[in-house]
Amino acid sequence: MNHNLLPLYVIIPLGAAFLISLFGKISKRICDCLANLATFFLLGLSLLAAVYKPLTGILVYKVGGWIPPIGICLVLDGLTSFMLVTVNLVSFLVTIYSISYMEKYTDKWKFYTLFMLMLAGMNGIIITGDLFNLFVFLEIASIASYALVAFGTEREELEASFKYAVMGSVASSFILLGIALLYSYTSTLNMADISRALDIKGISPIISFIAVLFLAGFGLKAALVPFHAWLPDAHPSAPAPISAMLSGIFIKTLGVYALCRIFFNILGISQNILFIFIILGIISQIVGAILAIAQNDIKRMFAYSSISQIGYIIFALGIGTPLAILGGLFHLFNHAIFKALLFLNSGAIEYSTGSRNLKSLGGLNSRLPVTASTSLIGSMSIAGIPPLNGFWSKLIIIIAAIQAGYFGFALIAILVSIVTLAYYLKFMGFTFFGKLDTALLRIKEVPLSMRLSMLILAIICVLGGLLLIPQFRPFLESAANVLLSGKGYAGIVFGAVK
Amino acid sequence: MKNNKEPGMTLIVKTITRLTVGLILLYGIYIVLHGHISPGGGFAGGVIIALSFVHLMLAFGREVALKKLSQAAASILESLGAIMFLSIAVLGFLGGYFFLNFFLNKGRPFSLFSAGIIPLCNIAISLKVGAGLFAIFVVLILFKGLGEEE
Amino acid sequence: MSVYFLCLILFCIGLYCVLRKRNIIKIIIGLGIIEYAVNLFFVLIGYRAGGRAPILAKDQVVLNMVDPIPQALVLTAIVIGLATTALMVAIAIRIYEKFGTFDITKIRKLRG
Repeated sequence: MNHNLLPLYVIIPLGAAFLISLFGKISKRICDCLANLATFFLLGLSLLAAVYKPLTGILVYKVGGWIPPIGICLVLDGLTSFMLVTVNLVSFLVTIYSISYMEKYTDKWKFYTLFMLMLAGMNGIIITGDLFNLFVFLEIASIASYALVAFGTEREELEASFKYAVMGSVASSFILLGIALLYSYTSTLNMADISRALDIKGISPIISFIAVLFLAGFGLKAALVPFHAWLPDAHPSAPAPISAMLSGIFIKTLGVYALCRIFFNILGISQNILFIFIILGIISQIVGAILAIAQNDIKRMFAYSSISQIGYIIFALGIGTPLAILGGLFHLFNHAIFKALLFLNSGAIEYSTGSRNLKSLGGLNSRLPVTASTSLIGSMSIAGIPPLNGFWSKLIIIIAAIQAGYFGFALIAILVSIVTLAYYLKFMGFTFFGKLDTALLRIKEVPLSMRLSMLILAIICVLGGLLLIPQFRPFLESAANVLLSGKGYAGIVFGAVK
Repeated sequence: MKNNKEPGMTLIVKTITRLTVGLILLYGIYIVLHGHISPGGGFAGGVIIALSFVHLMLAFGREVALKKLSQAAASILESLGAIMFLSIAVLGFLGGYFFLNFFLNKGRPFSLFSAGIIPLCNIAISLKVGAGLFAIFVVLILFKGLGEEE
Repeated sequence: MSVYFLCLILFCIGLYCVLRKRNIIKIIIGLGIIEYAVNLFFVLIGYRAGGRAPILAKDQVVLNMVDPIPQALVLTAIVIGLATTALMVAIAIRIYEKFGTFDITKIRKLRG
């Protein structure tokens, strides 16, 4: 794994986006081929990065040959390779799915261009080592997602996209204000260098203000509870593959990963910040779960469930012990897999029957066997039934909470898990079991590409628990070690710069 | 009352536009090419180039401006600008690093042909920004036209 | 110091506009004011006492320059703001076509 391969994660999707916008108008097959080739290569590269990561643990690439902190550097460490595998795996399966699903919309080349731009933005956020570069890639991904949420241009989609765009822009302004204040205090923009400069200069009250600004800005991107109001409108209104991408990996990359990188590695954590994470996580779990029970629209229920599960991840990261961080990152990976699977299932239901309302569906088990079985596996994973992967990650989080002494919070987490099981049983019962409506007697199973991606995601759900056995555990442990080393990130990065 | 029969603005505006549009385009190209010596660069120059076409559209109406630079041509120019920027960056790989200065490495200060790949990047960015802004404007005027015909 | 406070007041004016106005176009203008305020703050941070523009001139000896890095970053931020504004204006025009009004209290089809 040469360090020269690092810029490819950004070059491949950007090149694919520009080529699709140039040649995609000619035929639809070209768009499909280019997009799927691009995500296939990205998946191959990220698996390569995960498997052959050097024993020292970090790769640094100087863009343009300029030595950091003068130039921008790209950093590949344990957390980066973990996030890269998550993002590229889900996006590869979603592009396979959208070969068939996007036939119903006009202008497939516009969809693929925006999709590749969003993917380039997300990969750029994960791999960069410079704070303003993070902001630029964040904005690229955000603007592409505002346009993708409004893709069908129906009434609901436009309203949802406008709300999402306004709130996202205000959050980005908060982040830019935070970056400006941090630059004025440390006069450098490289992440490792900021960490070192903060060690030298010491903590002053402006650092708390910067921390609050970043928490507000990235918290809105991650849909933590005071800032979650855009998510229940934006995620259902997008086309199903985009909902899978948004709920599965977008809010995790822009929100949770950026929060981790800034708070654990740059600003340095303290007991106050960890406690704020725990409180925000608990409130998100409760609010998301309670509001999800009352929904009748499938995708809106899944959107509230996303808020609840992100609460689990932030709660686990807030506990701060090594076992808790391992559990939080494992739950991040699992949630990407099964939430993408569930949203793709809802897209398949909508493709076959034309409706998303729970009251009008029923008994689809006989007509849509693949969709029914994969959504059964997805629902059981997210509710935490053994031996599927959701069970293991929730178990680790709850054990870590009890070990750290937060008995009340662990009890709340268990109760929220039971409520999660309740509303997923409601979803399964209303949609797949029961009597088949006479209007739906002649629906067929969904096309091959959609079935293929749903099956692969379901298989990963079943086998996900194997990530904890000692052969595969370094995948998670290296990610957790990066967060636990905290401010040691600066020393490691400067040691690896040649 | 006179504006209802022919598109665009009055005769005075049209005459002045005929005189100044070329100068605005030339000024934009000057700012792009001197981006490494004086303030400006790719983005500001691209905006001024787009403004010259927008000026033409405001003064004479949509059809005249679209004859000069059609919507399909703007779209192709935009993608070409982006691909040119990306390939300049990838060509840096030849020297060993992404975005390396591989071209006219040691220039003299204050001369036009110096500063490595920066003038090439400026030209690519100006193509993309100029064509992109013009395309945005054309599409927004398209909406207004649709709204009025109903 | 007073310059920075004025920038923050401008930010708060823009935030008030986003929160309280009912017309979609006014909300977009409010977002523009927020972006201007943040960009202005960023450029003002780079000011050094007695400095002049960070451009080498041919025959003059320049001793003291302001910081050029915030200026480059703000250029990027302005472009990003332009792209966001263009996208939101396009969405606003489509909303007018579908809903017939610009009033956000009447565009409330999604609830729950």
